[in-house]
Formats: sequence, structure tokens, C-alpha cells
Amino acid sequence: MEKRVTFGRWTIGILFAVPQLLLIFTFFYWPAGQAVYWSLTLQQPWGGGNIWVGLDNFRSILSNADYWNSITASLVFAAISTGLAMVIALVLAALTDRQLAGSRLYRVVLIWPYGIAAPALAMAFRFILAPEAGFMAVVNKFWPGFWDPGLDGADAMASVIIAFSWKYVGYNFIFFLAAFQAIPRSLIEAAAMDGSGVIRRFRDIQFPLITPTIFFLLVINITESFQDSFGIVDIMTAGGPANATNLMVYKIYSDGFKGLDYSGAAAQSIILMLLIIALTIVQFRFIERRVHYR
Amino acid sequence: MTIIKRGFAALAAGALSTALAVPAFAEPVKFDFWFGLSGDLARVVDTLCKNFNASQKDYEVVCTSQGNYDATLQNTIAAFRAGKQPTVVQVYDVGTATMMLSGAYKPADKLMEENGYKIDYSDYFPGIARYYATSKGEMLSFPFNSSTALMYWNKDAFAKIGKTEAPKTWEDVGADLKALKDAGYDCPMAINISANESWQLMEQFSAIHNQPIATKNNGYDGLDARLEVNKTKFVQYVTDLKKWYDAGLIKIKSKDLGQDMVQAFATGTCQVILTSVGDHGTVGRTQKEGMNWDVAELPVYAGTERKNSLVGGASLWVLSGKSDAEYKGAAAFLNFIHDPKTALFWSTNTGYIPVAKSGFEFMKSNGFYDKAPYKGREVAIASLTASEPTEITRGVRLGNFTQIRAEFGTQMQAIFANKVSVQEGLDALVKNGDAILERFQQTYPGKTLP
Repeated sequence: MEKRVTFGRWTIGILFAVPQLLLIFTFFYWPAGQAVYWSLTLQQPWGGGNIWVGLDNFRSILSNADYWNSITASLVFAAISTGLAMVIALVLAALTDRQLAGSRLYRVVLIWPYGIAAPALAMAFRFILAPEAGFMAVVNKFWPGFWDPGLDGADAMASVIIAFSWKYVGYNFIFFLAAFQAIPRSLIEAAAMDGSGVIRRFRDIQFPLITPTIFFLLVINITESFQDSFGIVDIMTAGGPANATNLMVYKIYSDGFKGLDYSGAAAQSIILMLLIIALTIVQFRFIERRVHYR
Repeated sequence: MTIIKRGFAALAAGALSTALAVPAFAEPVKFDFWFGLSGDLARVVDTLCKNFNASQKDYEVVCTSQGNYDATLQNTIAAFRAGKQPTVVQVYDVGTATMMLSGAYKPADKLMEENGYKIDYSDYFPGIARYYATSKGEMLSFPFNSSTALMYWNKDAFAKIGKTEAPKTWEDVGADLKALKDAGYDCPMAINISANESWQLMEQFSAIHNQPIATKNNGYDGLDARLEVNKTKFVQYVTDLKKWYDAGLIKIKSKDLGQDMVQAFATGTCQVILTSVGDHGTVGRTQKEGMNWDVAELPVYAGTERKNSLVGGASLWVLSGKSDAEYKGAAAFLNFIHDPKTALFWSTNTGYIPVAKSGFEFMKSNGFYDKAPYKGREVAIASLTASEPTEITRGVRLGNFTQIRAEFGTQMQAIFANKVSVQEGLDALVKNGDAILERFQQTYPGKTLP
């Protein structure tokens, strides 16, 4: 027996979908289409005209060593910051879920970092990690030359990764904690009565039950690390030293807006979009198999 | 429902009252001026605008800060594409080539002529005027805030090594820095090597030594100009800077590391810096109590005939597509800014130098340069007027120069981190810079610089 509510005419369904489609078209397909068009032309910044150049923009970008360096830097950044942000948040959420002393306070406090705007957070970390003035100045005093993000590319990359992970620990924490709390207490209590310790319970019961959340956060974190890193890089390193932190999204900004090379920036954003789509497909294809939805 | 109705009623009443409030006498013609200064400097611009509005009744300028130079140009382009551009906009020095090819401006000299203002363009310091003029000498924009680079030196520190004068040659600088180091100063000289310092390290150095930055007279004669800083005296300069850095005579100071070089100098941490005369006021206000310091012209290598240094700062462009009334207002505004009294107000409240000889003379006759906080700023004028501008020291007119400066920062960082040799780094700067120039040229096919 048909229990669903059905519409007699398909037009009603379409009508309901129209506002949403309109929004998506205006704010996604239209600009994306415009970007594709720009990437195939050479745009004069003041709108004086453009020339069709086919795939020349892509060719010149992909033959540029700096661009490949930027892709590598972005991948390194995405891998390490996603790993850090997720592992730390997972551990914190697991501990908070155990109702240890003060866990109600942690539950509130640990969410805050996500509420801080990237530039403000970057400003704070720039001070904390400044080799001459901040916390790291103390380390440098005992170990001269240890920390120098001004010239050492690895140190600069570490700085932006720390700042970005710090912010996303807060975000991941919310989801992990919610996932842990959705696990029926009876399951964990039963396991405890059977004599399994904290680690064992985490490994065999909690972890498998939160895999959907882990998978969701993995996709979001990787995507965001490609897109949301802009504010942090802009304030902390401006892509330097010597392009060490010139992530793809920052390069799009600096080429497009500072360099007024709209076409090159459009082509780069198409490449970035394709890369994120590809990464997401890979994740759904290969990692989602291990996810158990309840 | 009633709330919404009441809301509408209130809106209608509001609209009506504003409509009624339109006064019987003629409203002044409003026009927009967008500028790229912020903080203290933005407040001075606001006062300047207020003074203009108070000085006459026909026009009202609405001044809006866009935060910085980059954002001003970006926002203006976006506004122009949408047909909502301001009438007057401040564009920084290196944006000049982009503006000239934009086709989006009304030439400043024509605007003034059409509106009956007589401006004596020979009154501008040639070093300033030529930077913004076309290759034929027409003024498409008005020089506004102008500065040049100077060497700031700590007199107390130099007294310790028995010097009472600033070093005039780079050879002397090397010896003095060594002496300062031996006298126990940990940071004899501070530099920074980001995109921003391309100005004093590469552009000013090249001008003073009459060395080209690019072919075709630094780009004035065509869009097919290409960089050539990897085979001029600049190579030796970077080599020396790197050598001094390795010997601990130069320290890198930037905001990211904790202290920028102006702060490092003002607190007495570092004894020599190269920066804009625009920082003169900041050093004076923030200096360590009782510290004796002065400014001098940038040094040259021994045996070099000194040429004029380059002007830095921005000029005012009038954009196309506005009404005649707005253009009249813009012309009145530019005329107001050109007035020597405005020059005195502007230079007193900022560190910028007067752009015209009349303004400079007026300030001198007022005793501006004799008194303590402003004394020394006349060195900037001396540096700018050290010679008649040559074909090369007129300025730098290269497309997308902002990106070339960024490339300068990148390669200098690679050189100072020992990733590449000096020559390799500068070769890479030229190679990548040329790619930027080539792309700019392709974007404007068949166009030439005026």
C-alpha cells in the first residue's frame, strides 16, 4: 500500500524545487560558469575587452614550477592539518564524553576556537609564534635559531598548520562529542561489565559506531583546508617565505586580486575545484566502504 | 500583520519626510573620493576633505577609505565594472601603468583646462611629475602623497665609533656596520626582504645609481619591456647585503618576527634602517627617550654619480563616466589640493613631502624645516632633486608591477635562506617577472602606453 504523500502532477514538485534551484543557479552555477569562461579568455581587468585563448591559461599555469610547488604545499597542508585537527578533537571528545571532572566546562570551552574569525586567530598566532617577541622567543633563547618562520619555509608551514588545526579542533570536537553521546550508554556499560577497559571499549565499540561522523569530518576538513586557509595565510605569512606557504587558494587571491590577472586566477580556481571534486570522489569511493551506517 | 502594516506606514512616512526635507536652496554637488590610507593618515585625509567642503558651497566631496592601496584599486575596478565608480580615486605609484591602459580615466590636465583652472605643471618637482606623466609629459593624474626613501641612522651609536656623519658610500656603510658590531651593537642595521622592500632596495637603489630595472627605459617606451636587474649593479648590492647578513651586521626585522624595522630603529635596537621619509613622524613619536638620530640620503657605491631617487606614494585619478557637475567638483578639489597652504597642512600632519616647488617654498618660508620634529625632512627633497631625471630615473612603468614586487620578495627570501645563490635568485626574478610582463602585454593586444 502506498503510504507516501504523492503529487498528482509533476509540475507541483518542480514548483517547490524552483526557489532552491534559483538560489543554487545564482550563487553557484552562474559564477562557476563565468569562471570557466574567464579561464578560457584573457580578461582586461577594467572590462575593456577580452580575447579567446582556449586552454592557454591552463597550459601556462600547469607548466609553471611555482604552481606545482603550490599544489604540493596545499596537499601537505591539507594532510597534516586535517590529521592533527581530527586526532586531537577525537581524543578531547572521547575524554569529555567520559564525564571526567570538569567535562561540562570543557564541553563549552573547546567549541570556542571555531567561533573565532580566521584573521583574528591568525593575528593571535602570529604573536604567539613570533620568534623575537612571543612564546617562541623563549624557545629561541635556549636554542638559538631553532624557530625562524621568516626565512625557514618548514617553520612557516608549521605555523599556519598549527593555527588552522587549532580552529578546526573546535569544529570537529562538536561533531565527535555529539556522535559519542549518541551511542547508547547501555552498550558501553555492558562492555564495562564484561571487563573491557577504556581503550578496548573505545576501539571495539565507540570507534566503529562513530565512523560515519569521522568520514563526514574527513571530507569537510580536507575541503575546508583547501578553501578556508586563506585568511590565516594572508595574515601570518602572505605566502612566504619564498612561496613555502603559497597555498592554492592564496595564489588565486594574489594572482587575481593583487596581480589583476583575472583569467589566470579563474583557471586556477577551476583546477582547485576539480582537485577537490576528485579528492571527494576518492574518499567516497574508497573510504566510505569502511563506514558502517546504523 | 499589523506590525508589517505599521512598518510600511512608518517607512512611507519616513520617505515622505526626507522628500519634504529637500531644502529650497541648491544642494551642493556630491562626488566620491576613494583613498587607500588608513589609521592616522586616513584621519588627516578626512580633515582635508572637511576643509575643502568648508572652503566653498558648491561641491561636497565624500571621502571613503578603502583600507589600503591594493584594496582601493581592486574595489575601484569592481565598482567601475558595475558602473558605480567614484569620481576621484587614489592609485599607488606602481598602479600607474595599469591605469594608463585602463581607458577608464579622464586626463587630469584636460579636466583642469576644461574647467578653467590654470595649473603650472613645471611647478611640480620633475622627479615627481615625470613618474606619473606620460612619455610625452602629459599629466594624466595628480601627484598627491609623495615620499622617497632615506637612510635613518642613530647618532649616538655612530658617536661611539667616532663618526659624526652618516656614511655616504656603501663601502663606508660596510666598514661602519663592522665597527658598530665590534662596539657591541647586536643589530647594526635592519632590513626586511618582503615585496614591500622592493621599493627601497631595488627601485631606489637602481635609480640613484642610474641602473635600469627593465629595458625600454624601465617600460616607459613600450609594453615589450623586460627586466634586467640580474645584470646591473644591483647584483653586487644584493651580494653585499647577503654578505653583511651572514656576518651578523644586518638583521632581518619584520612584523611577523615580532618587530618591524621602524620599531627596531625607534627603540634603539638597530642602528641603521632604509625606509620612507613618511616614517619620519612615526620614529619621532615612538623613539626611545633622548635618542639622537637623523636621516641622510641613501648611500651610493664609491665613484657613482648620484642621480635623483624615485618618488613613492600615490596620485589622484579622475575616472570616466561621470557628470559634468561632478567633474567641476573634482577639478575644484584637485585645485584645492594643489594649493601651497594645503601642502603645508598635508606635510605637517603626515610625513609626506610637498609635491610642488611652490608648496616647498611656502613651507620653507614658514620655517617648517627649522623646528625639531620636522627637521631633516628636507633631505627627501634634496634626494628627489639630486639630478634632472634621466630616461631611467623617471620611474618604473611596468604592468602588474605588484606581482613583480611579490616575486622580488620571494627570491630575496630564497637567497637569504641559502636556497639559491644571489645570481640564481635574481635570474629567477627576471625569468618569472618577464612571464608576468609578457602576460600583461598579451592582455592588452595592440595597445600602447600613452
